[in-house]
Amino acid sequence: MSTLTPSLPRRSRTSFTLWAGLALVGLHVAIALLTLVWTPYDPTAMAGGRLEAPSWLHWAGTDRLGRDFFTQIMIGSRIALVVGIGAVAIGGVIGVTLGLLAAFASTWLDDALAATLDILIAFPTLLIAMLVVAMSDTASLFTAVLALGIALSAIVARLTRILAKRVLLMDFITAARTSGTSWFGIVIQHILPNIWPTLSVNFALQFGLAVIAEASLSYLGLGAPPPNASWGRLLQEAQGTVYTAPIGAIAPGIALVLLVIGVNLLADGLRDRIDPTRRAR
Amino acid sequence: MSLLSVDDLTLKLDGKVLVSNLSLALEAGARLGLIGESGSGKSLTAMAVTGLLPGNIRPSGSIVLGGQQVIGAPESTLNRLRGTRVAVVFQEPLTALDPLMRVGRQVAEPLRRRALRDGNPLSGTQVQAAVLALLHDVALPDPERILGAYPHELSGGQRQRVAIAMALACRPDLLIADEPTTALDVTTQADILALLDRLVRDRGMALLFISHDLPVVARIAQEVVVLRQGEAVERGPVHAVFTHPAHDYTKGLVSAAHAFDSALGGRP
Repeated sequence: MSTLTPSLPRRSRTSFTLWAGLALVGLHVAIALLTLVWTPYDPTAMAGGRLEAPSWLHWAGTDRLGRDFFTQIMIGSRIALVVGIGAVAIGGVIGVTLGLLAAFASTWLDDALAATLDILIAFPTLLIAMLVVAMSDTASLFTAVLALGIALSAIVARLTRILAKRVLLMDFITAARTSGTSWFGIVIQHILPNIWPTLSVNFALQFGLAVIAEASLSYLGLGAPPPNASWGRLLQEAQGTVYTAPIGAIAPGIALVLLVIGVNLLADGLRDRIDPTRRAR
Repeated sequence: MSLLSVDDLTLKLDGKVLVSNLSLALEAGARLGLIGESGSGKSLTAMAVTGLLPGNIRPSGSIVLGGQQVIGAPESTLNRLRGTRVAVVFQEPLTALDPLMRVGRQVAEPLRRRALRDGNPLSGTQVQAAVLALLHDVALPDPERILGAYPHELSGGQRQRVAIAMALACRPDLLIADEPTTALDVTTQADILALLDRLVRDRGMALLFISHDLPVVARIAQEVVVLRQGEAVERGPVHAVFTHPAHDYTKGLVSAAHAFDSALGGRP
């Protein structure tokens, strides 16, 4: 077990994962916060010629309306974070609640819930999100986040159900029951802490999925409407000019990839920190 | 009136009889050993006493614990019974503790709940002091350090001591020990037995000791009930049952234990 593994490499790997994740996510958070008070240029005003190449004045060039592209990407950071956190929060609350209900439910209710979740998971996340957006009257950032949260909740629910069922079989749950712990106490004190390390890593994956799915929704015109410059919409706008000004597609893509990788590294590193049995000694 | 009286207890799983017409009684402060091989229904009987049988097992008969009928009682009543009247120490100290919770908190939880039920909630420092006293009582070395430790940082014997401390924190009238020494090595077994013996005597608790191991039961119990395939085949004072077993099954168990002992003793 852990006593046999040399502790030094493990420790440094954990630290690297955590710090790299923190740096990438921190960069995005810092930029997102910065856009609330300051951007290099007015995001809606013409700042130069159309489709200018990257220069010291315009780090990522300008778009087809002559707006500073780097400013747009910075604002996209804010939207991506709002979408990711919002969707994971909504999906997490709905999913964990449903999953726990299924884990505790009687056999037939559990079977019914599990079958429903399996059917929901069979549909692509994006398709469910599109359906939810289509059902609401107007496309807005909020409906997009809500739609993605609902779409993600099925995956979270299924994972929670399986994890909780496994923990429920453990002796320490029986021990807690024999000492008079209520079911509510069991959930709060034992089940949630024991499934959290795995759930949190999954939440990071979901965060990445949500940001990418929002980009897809925006690309299809179902995401946040203008002037919310989400990365997906930037990609969509860059589509027509991708051969003459490829930076328009590359820059938002890089920003997206860096955020998703950062969140995953951060979750991995945090998991190793939270779980005392995995913690290097 | 007895602290625990089990009358005509029968446990069935889909029509299959797991325990049949078992009766036993335990006075306050008394010690009863429940002996039998794997699958004889010992642990199920213990679970039935705490009202924690798996949902597909149907109990019939009567179990009265501290004046309260357990069979058919609503969950809220049973939950109040657990951790007040009865507490359990399990076989496997590896899995009986939550791996993600510090030992101090695991012991504090039942302690705080018992105090709350008695109507005098404890402050944080009072709980801390009481937990330390309990860890001291179960003879854990360096209780201050163990308070902040996680279960994986302790040895098997130390974990079992923590599990015993958790049971003691409930201040139960009846302590059920379900094979508490089986997963431990022989020297640790002896220590844990001596500890249980002392704690039960000091606190005037009744003890229901479940084991397949005759010598272990002989050391701690006064009376024994021998279970075989869910039926009580023999009962009586420990000494009488072990020196003059009446039932063939008990004779077999006793001679097997003797044969094992002499085989060990005969080695150079």
